[in-house]
Amino acid sequence: MQRILDSLLFPLLAVVSAFLVGGIIVFLVGDNPLRVYEIFFASAFGTIDGIAYTLFYATPLIFTGLAVAVAFRCGLLNIGAEGQLYMAAFAAAWVGFTFNVSWWLVIPLCMIAAIVAGAIWGGIPGLLKSRFGSHEVINTIMMNFIAVGITSYFTQYYYRLPGDPILQTKTIFPQAQIPRMSAILGTVGISFPAWLPLNFGFFIAILACVFVYIFLWKTKWGYELRAVGANASAAEYGGINVGRSIVLAMCISGALAGLVGINEVLGYRYRYYDGFSANYGFTGIAVALLGRNHPLGIFLAALLFGALVRGGLFVNIFSDRVSKDLVVVLQAVIILFVACEAIFQFLQKRNLATGKN
Amino acid sequence: MIDATDIINISLVGSTIRLATPLILAAIGGLYSERAGVINIALEGIMLAGAFTAAAVAAKTGSPYLAALSAVISGVVVALIHAVACIRYRADQVVIGTAINILFLGAPALFSRAFFGSSGSTPQLETAQRLPNLFIYIAFIAVPITYFVLFHTRFGLRLRMVGESPEAADSAGVSVEKIRYMAVLISGVLAALGGAYLAIGQNSFFTRNMTAGRGYIALAALIFGNWHPTKTLLACLFFGLTEALAIRMQGVVNIPNQFIQMVPYIITMIVLAGFIGRVHPPKAIGQPYVKERR
Repeated sequence: MQRILDSLLFPLLAVVSAFLVGGIIVFLVGDNPLRVYEIFFASAFGTIDGIAYTLFYATPLIFTGLAVAVAFRCGLLNIGAEGQLYMAAFAAAWVGFTFNVSWWLVIPLCMIAAIVAGAIWGGIPGLLKSRFGSHEVINTIMMNFIAVGITSYFTQYYYRLPGDPILQTKTIFPQAQIPRMSAILGTVGISFPAWLPLNFGFFIAILACVFVYIFLWKTKWGYELRAVGANASAAEYGGINVGRSIVLAMCISGALAGLVGINEVLGYRYRYYDGFSANYGFTGIAVALLGRNHPLGIFLAALLFGALVRGGLFVNIFSDRVSKDLVVVLQAVIILFVACEAIFQFLQKRNLATGKN
Repeated sequence: MIDATDIINISLVGSTIRLATPLILAAIGGLYSERAGVINIALEGIMLAGAFTAAAVAAKTGSPYLAALSAVISGVVVALIHAVACIRYRADQVVIGTAINILFLGAPALFSRAFFGSSGSTPQLETAQRLPNLFIYIAFIAVPITYFVLFHTRFGLRLRMVGESPEAADSAGVSVEKIRYMAVLISGVLAALGGAYLAIGQNSFFTRNMTAGRGYIALAALIFGNWHPTKTLLACLFFGLTEALAIRMQGVVNIPNQFIQMVPYIITMIVLAGFIGRVHPPKAIGQPYVKERR
């Protein structure tokens, strides 16, 4: 019980501190912080629409948060979720507009394409790390830019509809679309506004949380992966194949990031839209840190960030001083506080003279 | 029919130098920090801070020199956040750097809307409010100075010592913390100047995410240049050249722009994997130093 309280304490402190800093910024740019935060949370949680949008915006962040967390548990920092999800979304869209086959075939194919593309894009830096020792942080950053280049090239020169001014591909076949929440709830007789973009991808996100929990804590591979993250040389001494764990962690991390493509392409836009990601990959770092690299924490943290995105849009409309960029600032400040949790350690009685951990 | 001289000519040299300037400033800045053992992914964010501050101050006061000075101050402030988090609180240097980069994706737009009524970009500057050449001189002077400081002064020796073996530096009576603070702050000054050049040198306004990854390319140049001032300069010039070529070939030659833009990133990955020479990052890079207690 004490452990659960402890693991809730620091994230909560970080969020509260970030909101205080955000409030000061709001005050500095000339608006009332209380009014702005009221707009934030009323628009995110006050109505069915608000909640649906919050969940919709949280969905990609659950995927990227899990992606960062799995790598983190193995002692790796995956800054490349952004590139991985671009490659995956493009792969899913390509399958979706290329193969005109029945839904029960094309939907799994699209999903596999997204997962495989993400896993490959994440696996390469993993392989480079285990084979040549090159740092995954630099490689994942570089591969973000390469992914942006490749997807934008193919979209621009091969799969854009002639005359389309927007950099986006043609649409996927209708049977490749996954159902929206209105259709899902409709089958059990609940009416839900059809125009809300919340879709089956949200359930996949919940399944992904469960998968990550089981994988990390109930399987041998997950155990080995965490052992490498805790102490790589000890793990190696204990007979664990460190290189294989690193590659596996990065592949799974990339695959999880790739699931964003399913929500985005099969559930929302029905096409690949160049540069669609609103920094999902980077926000995933904040989500994972705030959620303490645990699926349940990540789910909750993603809900918070989803609410921030939704609220930010409303603040943008209802305030002429504060823009939706406040959300981005809040995300960054939350990461700063979570990463510097030593700041809060004066609250703890234990003396951590040896530094963190 | 196009001729090769349409693309490769004397003005290519000029545009290479101009495009390399922000990279040189940021990469040389990063060199101080990383040579002292502190990873500086935050270069991108510091550049954005410098660019926005320069454009905003130039627009408000009309003085480009005041703008450049303010950019330097903003760079020091942002670098101080990085330094305090990484050195004082021993936070993960990559995570903090990433947070700073995210912060300055949002903060400039937030302030821009409050100050200028538009979160898109700051007002267009007149010619008198810009400094097209000053930053280029600073960049090219910074390289030999850095070489001298790094290899021929006591500060440089201590800086490298702190980055290679903080324990040895500590037992020799060098304050690891102090040297690292100074190194990170110097990197803030230079990277912010690189950003300021984008806003009030190359262009005449600030737009959202105007660095477009140049902080990361500077980081790539630093790795390609093996954390050595002269080699880093050459790497920056090379990356500047690829960018200049990419701009010139747009719509002229049948090589898509996207592929030319990828060159720095692909080269960095190849270099890091050890296919071209060997990379020698500072040995203590990324590790917070914990003074031993008895």
